[in-house]
This record gives sequence, structure tokens and C-alpha cells, in this order.
Amino acid sequence: MSHTWDFATIIQNWYVLWIGLKGTVFIFLVTVILGLSGGLIIGICRYAPSRALSWPAMAFVEVFRNTPVLVQIIWFYYAFPILTGIDVDPFLAAVLGISLNTMAFSAEIYRAGIQSIEPGQWEAGKAIGMTYNQSLRRVILPVAIKRVLPALTNRGIEVFKMSTLASVVAYVETLNQANLLADLNFNPIEAYTAVAVIFFVVLYPVVQGTYVLERVLKKGD
Amino acid sequence: MDEIVRIDGLHKSFGNLDVLKGIGMSVKAGETVVLLGSSGSGKSTLLRCVNFMEVPTQGQVFLHGDLVGSETNGKMSYRESELCSLRTRIGMVFQHFNLFPHMTVEQNVMEGQITVLKRTRTEARSKALAQLERVGLGDKAQEYPARLSGGQKQRVAIARALAMDPDVMLFDEVTSALDPELVGEVLKTMRQLADEGMTMLVVTHELGFAYHVANRVLFLDGGVILEEGEPQHILKNPKTTRMREFLDGHSLFKLPD
Ligand SMILES: Nc1ncnc2c1ncn2[C@@H]1O[C@H](COP(=O)(O)OP(=O)(O)OP(=O)(O)O)[C@@H](O)[C@H]1O
Ligand SMILES: [Mg+2]
Repeated sequence: MSHTWDFATIIQNWYVLWIGLKGTVFIFLVTVILGLSGGLIIGICRYAPSRALSWPAMAFVEVFRNTPVLVQIIWFYYAFPILTGIDVDPFLAAVLGISLNTMAFSAEIYRAGIQSIEPGQWEAGKAIGMTYNQSLRRVILPVAIKRVLPALTNRGIEVFKMSTLASVVAYVETLNQANLLADLNFNPIEAYTAVAVIFFVVLYPVVQGTYVLERVLKKGD
Repeated sequence: MDEIVRIDGLHKSFGNLDVLKGIGMSVKAGETVVLLGSSGSGKSTLLRCVNFMEVPTQGQVFLHGDLVGSETNGKMSYRESELCSLRTRIGMVFQHFNLFPHMTVEQNVMEGQITVLKRTRTEARSKALAQLERVGLGDKAQEYPARLSGGQKQRVAIARALAMDPDVMLFDEVTSALDPELVGEVLKTMRQLADEGMTMLVVTHELGFAYHVANRVLFLDGGVILEEGEPQHILKNPKTTRMREFLDGHSLFKLPD
């Protein structure tokens, strides 16, 4: 059982992976923005005193937290068009699957953040005449979001890695491009190792950055 | 004299627990009324019914003679927008300060003025600084609450309420969470407000404050106002056993002879 490593063809075809990485970054940005902002809205609804808001939000969270993203992407790509007649391209299917899942998870993070705020803060806002929405926006959310920022950055890192799932519908991202190289050059071991290395090289500094962020936030408290 | 707050036949229950069972009282312009009562007697609940942090189960609240809410077939109903604007006219200070931690002292005092009263930033800032000067904290405007002592925090909370130009101020045991050596500065600020003619309804266990500052003292017990009178009389010669027992429990306070 021996393998002679040969990265020559990978290095020769670096631009194939480069195109993939650009696709990865693009879908990451779209899904992380949609997921974290949509999650904020759903998290707020989940916490809302009105059941007309909190119940649908809870149902949403439970559905998308308890189904695999991979299955959702495949479902949006193959089943959704048949059921509705609306065409879904690989990008859209992947964006839907990943961002809906991210919304569900981050909604719970935001809700926990809002819940962690002392009731006295709501009271103080109310006592100076603020409405529920004003207290939420001006008093509760700024502190709640700051508190959950580490959890949200973790979510972001998960989203970045989840983007590889888009390869299942052949969206052009890093893993999908590596599949291409592996098929062309019969070197799957090198191709997939390259993918792992690329993700590590991109994420490692980012994760180190989040540790710094966490320390800074702790100090500010 | 002008009645700023009047309460008629006020009841408040939480589920099966009847906390207030028919309260009638008023606070006149410029008056300082101290509300006494043992723990759990419903002092906070009564205070919170005045600015509708709690909605009374029954009864009526008047501000400047105007009935709060509307009555149909003997049943009161309240619109949230009416209650919000009512609360801007009633200042409230809490035991635990509840300052906004992400805002500087100045921003804390500006916040309600800008978000609720829609004052301009310039106007709100000069008002905030004036109120901070009033409570002796003009030099702390740019600090964050976390860097202040408890007494300073509470004075900022007072300034925050004052900046809304309220008709009446409610104080709910505002010195109870403070270290003993910091109680004095807050009481002094409250006394100063009383001297300046602010209308105040104060829940406190500081009998000295009640004795020296209050115009009237109310004793809340069993869901009703059991005794009421001028502090010099009521604190020295309570009529009821309940109130005598309550006062005996505060043996730290020695009444001047
Ligand atoms: N939101 C609420 N839900 C249920 N019960 C409540 C609520 N608020 C107050 N109570 C109950 O009402 C009673 C009166 O409480 P309140 O806080 O008004 O008393 P208090 O006189 O202010 O007491 P303390 O001196 O301890 O502050 C207590 O038995 C309390 O448990
Ligand atoms: Mg109380």
C-alpha cells in the first residue's frame, strides 16, 4: 500500500481550482449574508410575544434544522421544479439549501442572545416610553448581537465549509472543480488533498481572527 | 393644589393572587409621597400600575385629571400607543438602575429624548448635560456605565428619567441595591429634586428620608392603604398594630424626639 504523491498536474491546472475557489467565495458570501440576516428576522419572530409570529418561526426553524442540507439542495434542484414548474439552477438550489439551514441555526443563536438580556433592559426602555420595537432595536439587539458574535462567526465558518455541498448539483466551486481535475488526470488523492489544503489555508487565519475578536469582546463587557 | 396622579379603586391580581385590593390615592403637584410596606405587600406593583408597566385589573388612573384609557361598560381598555406616550410623562427609576450598557452616560440620557420624543441631537445633548449637572455628574458624560459606582449609576438613571421632562417621578427602592456608603449621595439627589418642587412617589425603606423629605406617607398592607398621614405623625404614632410592627422591624432608624 504505497502512493507516490504527484501534485504536478494540480499545480499546472491551478486556475481550475482558482475558478472553483472564486465560486466557493461567491456562494459563501451570498449564503452567509442571506442566512445571518434572514436568521435575525426569524430569531426576532421566534422571540416575539405574538404567537402569529413565533409559531411559524418555530416551525421554520425545526424543519430546516432537522433536515440535512445535502438533501435540501437535491430536493430544490430535482423535486421543486417538478412540483412547481419553476426552474431552479444549481446555484439557486445550493443557495436555498445552505441559506435556509443557516437561517434556522442562526435564528436560534439570535433568540438565545435576546433571551440572555436582563428583563430590566426591556423595562428601562418601556419606562421612557419606547415601544416594543424601539426597545428591541435600540436597547436589546445591540447588546444581544455583540454577545452572540462568536457563535455567529462559528456559523459563518460552517457555512464556508458547507458550500462544498453545492458540488452535488455541479455548481462550480472548489470541490466540483477538483472532481473535474481528478477525472481528467486520474489523481483523486492529490485533487481532494488540494481541496482540503485550500480550505485549511483560507479558514485557519480566519479562525485565529475570531479568537482575537472573542478576546476583544470579552474585554469590552 | 393640582393633582398630578390620582388612583381610584385600583385592583391588581396575578392569576389567583390578589395583590392590590382597592387602592385610592393621589399625588399633588410638588408633593413627595413615600409609600411604605413590608416585602411582598405590593409596593412595586402599585408603582408599576401608575405608569402602566402593569395594567390594573380594575380601577382607574388619572394623570392631570385625565383618565388613562377608555371606559366602556365599566371595563377599561388601553391602547399601547397611549400608554407609551403616558410613560414619557412619568419618570421611573429602578432598584437595579438598568442603564444601557452599550451607551455612554450622555447617550443613556439622550436616548429617550431622540428615539421617543424626537428631539434633535443638539437639543437632546444639551438637555442631557443639564440633567447630568443637576445630579452632579456633568464630568462623567463620556464614561460607560460599567465604569461608574452604584451611586453614580443610579444618579445617571435619575438624569435619564428627568431628561424626558416628566410630570411625576416614581422611585422603586432605588437605594436598596447600593453599598451603604453610596446610599447617601442618591438620597441627597432625591431630596434636592423634592426641594426643587418635583412631584415624586417614592417606595423606600429609608425611614429617615420619609421622615425628613416626604409630605405624606402611605402604608400599604394587605392590598390596601392601611394608614396615611404626615410623616411626623404617622411614623411616631402609628394607629395600627401592623404599621407599628413594620416600624419596629426598622430599628436601625431612630426617630428624632
Ligand atoms: N409579574 C408578576 N407575576 C406574578 N406575581 C407577581 C408579579 N409581580 C409581583 N408579583 C407578586 O405580587 C406580590 C407583590 O409584589 P411586589 O413586587 O409588588 O411587592 P413589593 O411590596 O414591591 O415587595 P419588595 O419590598 O420585596 O420589593 C408578591 O407576592 C409577588 O410575588
Ligand atoms: Mg418591590
